[in-house]
Amino acid sequence: MSLKPTVRIQPDDFDLAAEVAALTNGRPGVGAVVTFTGLCRDEGGILAALELEHYPGMAKAEIARIANEAMNRWPLTGLTAIHRYGRIKPGENIVLVVAASTHRQAAFEAASFLMDYLKSRAPFWKKEHNADGSQGDWVEAKDSDEDAARRWAK
Amino acid sequence: MTKIVYFAWVRERIGKREEELELPADVKTVADLLQWLQGQGDGYAHALQHPKVIRVAINEEHVDHREPIAGAREIALFPPMTGG
Repeated sequence: MSLKPTVRIQPDDFDLAAEVAALTNGRPGVGAVVTFTGLCRDEGGILAALELEHYPGMAKAEIARIANEAMNRWPLTGLTAIHRYGRIKPGENIVLVVAASTHRQAAFEAASFLMDYLKSRAPFWKKEHNADGSQGDWVEAKDSDEDAARRWAK
Repeated sequence: MTKIVYFAWVRERIGKREEELELPADVKTVADLLQWLQGQGDGYAHALQHPKVIRVAINEEHVDHREPIAGAREIALFPPMTGG
């Protein structure tokens, strides 16, 4: 059985149900699927959209490196990561992680690990566009995201 | 010539997405490159005024500032990442 993670970098939205089905259909040994969806968030009605810039050559390779590390650390039966780029409005999807395993613990931990590393290592940057038409700021990286990634250090 | 690419506010402040540069022979590491680039104009000085926060990738892999740049095909400079 091929255990390569699926990684996609795309402007378009994704279909959660289809991605889960891709890791479960015809695989009765799968006992647990954990999904994480990250959405564009608007705090207080000031945001029109986020513009997600990425480093096209590196984004897929870096997420694939993190996903392969997750496949090595946990007994997964499948792992999918999809990250969007371009202009994304509040309430729309930005990122999806689907981790499938025989038992739940590996799926929970691998999904959490992948998101924590992706936040601080995948080459994406968010710029805010304000609802009043003015140019917003670049979103600043949080120390808490770095700390979240460090907790997985072996 | 070495291809340098810029992203997010580093790109905006420098005012270009990428360029091919002839680097002086004494620019041997990432830290040397950041220091040299700061002297190449106001945009560079503004973008790189706090070099420690700048993240760097060589040939599409993260490196730290002590990394030698000899043989690099593409060097990317960007702010801390905010994906996810």
